[in-house]
Amino acid sequence: MPTNDKTPILQLQKLQVSYGHIQAVKGIDIELYSGELVCLIGANGAGKTTTLNAIAGTLPIRDGQLMYQGQAINNVPTHQRLRQGIALVPEGRGIFTRLTVEENLRMGAYIRDDKDGIEADMERVFTMLPRVKERLGQVAGTLSGGEQQMVAIGRALLSRPKLLLLDEPSMGLAPLVVETIFEVVQTVVKEGVTILLVEQNANLALEFSSRGYVMDGGNITLSDSGEALLANPKVRSAYLGEEANVA
Amino acid sequence: METLLQQIINGLVVGSVYALIALGYTMVYGILGLINFAHGDILMVGALVALQVISFLQEHFPTMSPVLMLLIGLVVAALACMILGYVIERTAYRRLRNAPRLAPLITAIGVSFLLQTLAMIIWGRNYHNFPQLISTAPLQPVEGVFITPVQIIILISSALLMGGLILLVNKTRLGRAMRATAENHKVASLMGVDTNRIISTTFIIGSGLAAVAGVMFSSNYGVAHYAMGFTPGIKAFTAAVLGGIGNLGGAMLGGVVLGLVESIGAGYLGTATDLCNLPHWLQWASLTQTCSNGGSFELLSSNYQDIFAFVILGIVLIFRPTGLLGERVSDRA
Repeated sequence: MPTNDKTPILQLQKLQVSYGHIQAVKGIDIELYSGELVCLIGANGAGKTTTLNAIAGTLPIRDGQLMYQGQAINNVPTHQRLRQGIALVPEGRGIFTRLTVEENLRMGAYIRDDKDGIEADMERVFTMLPRVKERLGQVAGTLSGGEQQMVAIGRALLSRPKLLLLDEPSMGLAPLVVETIFEVVQTVVKEGVTILLVEQNANLALEFSSRGYVMDGGNITLSDSGEALLANPKVRSAYLGEEANVA
Repeated sequence: METLLQQIINGLVVGSVYALIALGYTMVYGILGLINFAHGDILMVGALVALQVISFLQEHFPTMSPVLMLLIGLVVAALACMILGYVIERTAYRRLRNAPRLAPLITAIGVSFLLQTLAMIIWGRNYHNFPQLISTAPLQPVEGVFITPVQIIILISSALLMGGLILLVNKTRLGRAMRATAENHKVASLMGVDTNRIISTTFIIGSGLAAVAGVMFSSNYGVAHYAMGFTPGIKAFTAAVLGGIGNLGGAMLGGVVLGLVESIGAGYLGTATDLCNLPHWLQWASLTQTCSNGGSFELLSSNYQDIFAFVILGIVLIFRPTGLLGERVSDRA
């Protein structure tokens, strides 16, 4: 558990989300404190992506409270949540395939009008992700999956988020690319950005996270420090692909 | 040769009007996947509002210069149509955003009827003379080839408008947001784009262009009528499909190509279907008689020029449904 006693930057209180009659998230509680890297792990269909989408505003909240910086934002529209500092890198990257890489990045800075600041942040993205700079004029749909993920993350950073939601950033990518992306994630956390990371690669996620939540069937079933979850035999057998030799 | 050149000029003029209208279809399709069948009627409203304004000015400010009158009429018509386009999207289409595709399509046809009926109530069923405020006295750049000042102005101003639109869409922040929204509403909103506002803006721009096209149309032909939007609307839709619906450049190309095909085709349709061209042994007695007196027996006169649009629409839909500049549409329509 976090050591400071300030109000959390993000707080989900008995949050419920449903698609029609199907309840995907059944009243979960999650807390994030400023500057943390927290991960949300769980099997396919556990409700992780749904949770992120509800936080970012692309799915409506059915019941419960979504508190951000001490205020309920349940009814704040998606485009205004970004202005308040919540950025989501969606599942499948959500690149604008018909726009160039540069245009994609500029879309990330859509809400800003400080030209110099944007240029400076562009340079910062290029330093962290040199491949993005090489591809700047290329139509984004022609990029490889890894390059697209880099653009998606760079684009999210250009909005200067306070809270960054990452949905499966390692999915389908080569190990080297995953490494690059997690280096960026670590750099960003060091700069004070709070991150909520959804991953199927639980091993990887827990290794970098200070805390983790385990989600199953729309509920949070476990929450602990990253290390403790890594060592937890239940987690190991269910999500880390190890034989359950404890049972 | 003169005929061909003449038909090319006529084709370019009518084609650029089609192109302006087609842009409205294609922009709305690109961003919403909706065929806005009421778009042609916006053009009609534009022409009739301009007519109303110009009549008012002619009555109360008879000394005002005709060009200024036309300009004021055009601006008022464009503003009225922009508001109309906004209101239509807001009231009719927005609530159907997540409905099955057929619902907004049928709604669009309903809006089309509504606009025509309202226009009929306001302006009556008659054809109105649209004042020819710019000289229609033809110039003769080449012996036997005519072009009127109105046509020249139509060509220049539609080229400027299209150039401006291309710049707007490709080089500005708004244009980037429009393209992003067209590709993915959800992700665009994650970038902080108020997608509803972008969609409104798209309708406003498209309707403004339609109003300009309507005033051009009426200025060129000298008439305005409550149902005048239907045919150019359908043809512009054909032009948008021909160019590749959803694609701005395609709409422009499609409009011009359709205008040219129609005009050149109409120029030769009569001669080509003249039965007097048949070999003698195929002609029947009365036909031979008609022909030998210097007459002709045209199966299809140039009045049939409208068939070209629909023949093209059919051919494109069968052989190249993605249009000339091929946008992927399979996942949309």
